Amino acid sequence: MNGLFANEDGRFAPRLSLRLRFGRLFQLLSLAAVTLGLIVLSVLILDIILNGYKWLRPEFFTEFPSRFPEKSGLRSALQGSLWMISLTALMAFPIGVGAAIYLEEYAPDNGLTRFIEINIANLAGVPSIIYGLLGLGLFVRGLELGRSVLAGSMTMALLVLPILIVSGREAIRAVPQSVRQASLALGATQWQTIQNHVLPYAMPGILTGTILAISRAIGETAPLITIGALTYIRFDLKGPLDLFTVLPIQIFNWVSLPKAEFQQLAAAGIIVLLGVLFSLNALAIVLRNKLQIRW
Amino acid sequence: MGFGMLGADKNLEDKLMLRNIFITLLALGLFLSACAPQPAPNQGVQGVEGTILVDGSSTVAPITAAVAEEFQAEFPEVRVPVGISGTGGGFKKFCIGETDISDASRPIKPSEVELCAQNGIEYVELPVAFDGLAVMVNPANDFVSCLTVDELKKIWSPEAEGVITNWSQVRAGFPDQPLALYGPGTDSGTYDYFTEAIVGEEGASRGDFLPSEDDNVLVQGIAGDANALGFFGLAYYEENKDKLKLVAIDNGDGNCVLPSTETVASGTYQPLSRPLFIYVNRERIDQKDEISAFVKFYLENAGKLSAEVGYIPLTDEIYALAQQRYDKRVTGSIFEGLGSTVGVSLEDLLAKEK
Repeated sequence: MNGLFANEDGRFAPRLSLRLRFGRLFQLLSLAAVTLGLIVLSVLILDIILNGYKWLRPEFFTEFPSRFPEKSGLRSALQGSLWMISLTALMAFPIGVGAAIYLEEYAPDNGLTRFIEINIANLAGVPSIIYGLLGLGLFVRGLELGRSVLAGSMTMALLVLPILIVSGREAIRAVPQSVRQASLALGATQWQTIQNHVLPYAMPGILTGTILAISRAIGETAPLITIGALTYIRFDLKGPLDLFTVLPIQIFNWVSLPKAEFQQLAAAGIIVLLGVLFSLNALAIVLRNKLQIRW
Repeated sequence: MGFGMLGADKNLEDKLMLRNIFITLLALGLFLSACAPQPAPNQGVQGVEGTILVDGSSTVAPITAAVAEEFQAEFPEVRVPVGISGTGGGFKKFCIGETDISDASRPIKPSEVELCAQNGIEYVELPVAFDGLAVMVNPANDFVSCLTVDELKKIWSPEAEGVITNWSQVRAGFPDQPLALYGPGTDSGTYDYFTEAIVGEEGASRGDFLPSEDDNVLVQGIAGDANALGFFGLAYYEENKDKLKLVAIDNGDGNCVLPSTETVASGTYQPLSRPLFIYVNRERIDQKDEISAFVKFYLENAGKLSAEVGYIPLTDEIYALAQQRYDKRVTGSIFEGLGSTVGVSLEDLLAKEK
C-alpha cells in the first residue's frame, strides 16, 4: 500500500490537501513544458521577423537573386518551390492513395503484406539525404532527367510516399466496417463500395495527411542539394525539365554569403517560407473541419 | 433515411471545396507569372541563346554569379545557372561532361586530370581573380599578431592531432590556454589550398578541428571563442572586421605581412594568396557559341566584379593573356595538373605559353 495515504493501522487516509498539492504541482510542470516550448518558438520567430520584415517588399517576390542585397529577390526560388510542390503532389497523391487502398481493402493478410507494411513504416524513418542519393542515382543519372525540377519532384514524391501511405491507411481504417457491410449487402461490388463509401469518408483524413506530407517536402533541403539544386538561377522556370532552386536552398545560400544584409534577406525568406507552410497547414485544418463526418 | 441525402450533399460540398482550392492555386500561379517584369524587347543582344551550365567552387561562385547576372542582362536569351558543389564536386561533374564550365579555387588535381582524360574531356584553364586566405584569432587574443608558416604547420599538420592542444606549445612565451581550431570542410578548395601551402601536402591536416562549409559559421565560432584560431577567405574577414583579429603571416623571411588587396595582388602575402579559375569544356566551345560570348564577357568584367564581391582582381595584362589563351584554345593546365601550387606568378606561367 502507498504509505503516504495510509494511517498507522494501514487504513486509507484521505490527506486531501497533500494530494491536491501534488495535482497542482503536476499541472504547473505541464504548464512550464508548454510555456518553454512556446517561448523558444516565439523568440525564434520574433528574431526572424525583426531581422527580415523590412525586406518584405513587392520586389522581394519579383526580383531574381543578385549580388546587391537591395536588388535580390526569391522569384526563381518561389517558382521552383511551387513547381516542385505541384509535381510532387501530382505524383505522390495517386500512388499513395492507391497503395493505401490496396493495403487496407484488398491485400490478403499474409507474410508478404506484413513485409510490405514493415518496410513502408521503416521507409518513413529513413533520413532524407538517402532519398537525395537515390534520386541522384536513379532520376538524375539513371533516367537522365538531369538536375531538373522533375527529378527533384520525383525524389520528393518518394520521400513523402511512406507518410502519405501511412496516413491514408489510417484514414481508410477509420471508416466503420458497418458502412462497407451495408454497401456490400445491397449488392454493390467491392470497387463500388470503395468508390462511393470508403473513399468519400476517408477523404478528409487523406487530404490532411497529404498536405502535411507536402508541408514536409516544401521545407526539405538536403535531398535537393544532393541532386544539385544548390544553384544560382536568374531566369524563369519554363518547364519540368528546367534547372531549379527552391526557397530553403535560396535561404541557405544567402546565409552563407559574407554581407550582413544577405542574412537579413535570409530572414525575410524564412518569413515567406513560414507563410507558405502556415497557409498549407491552415488549409489542412479547414479541409478537415469542412469535410469531417462525425459518427 | 437521410443518409443518402447527407452523402450527396457532402459530395457536392467536397467538389465545390476542391474546385475553389484549385481556382485559388491557379489564380496564384497566374498572379506570379503576371507580376514577372518582362525584359524590354529591344534591350540586349539578340541572336545568342542557350544555356551554359556552370558548377563548382563556392569561393568562385559569387564572382561567376555576378558575371552571370550582368551577362544575362545583356544577353537575355542566354541562361546561366551557377551551381555550388565545391571545387572537387564541380570537377566530378565537369569531367563526366555534365557541365560546360567549372569554377575552381585551385588548379585541377592529378586524379581529376585522369578522370577528364578517361571521358575524353579537354578543358581551357583561365584565371579570373585572386583570393587571400586570412588566418584569424579572437579579438580578445592579445598575444598573437604574427605567425610563421612553420608555426602554422606545427599547428595544422596531421601529427599535431591530439598533441598540439595548447597555445603554449605553439611558441615559447604564449600563455597556457587551450587551442581551438576552425577551418573550412575537407571538400573545399580552400582547405586543399591551405593544407598544400602550410602543411606541404594537399589534403593532409589534423582531423580534430571544427570544420564548416559555411564560412559565416566559422566567423561566429572564432568570434565567440577566445582560444580560437581559424582560416578562410579574405572576403569574409572584410565583412566581419569588428568580430575578428587578423594574423600577419611570416613566410620564413622575418617579415610579417597582413593580407590586403595590395599585398595579395602584388604577391607579397605568401603563401596564402591563391588564384581562382574557371575551366571551360573545349568541345562545348565549338558546339555552343554562347560560351565564347560568356567567357569574353567574364574576362572583361571579372576585374570590376570580383572586387565588388570581395576578391582581388588580376592585372589587366593577365586578363589579356587569359583571353589570348582562350582564343588559341590552349588546353590543359598551366600547373601541369599538379593541383594546388603555391607561390607562382600567373603572368610568368601564361607568358611562357605565348
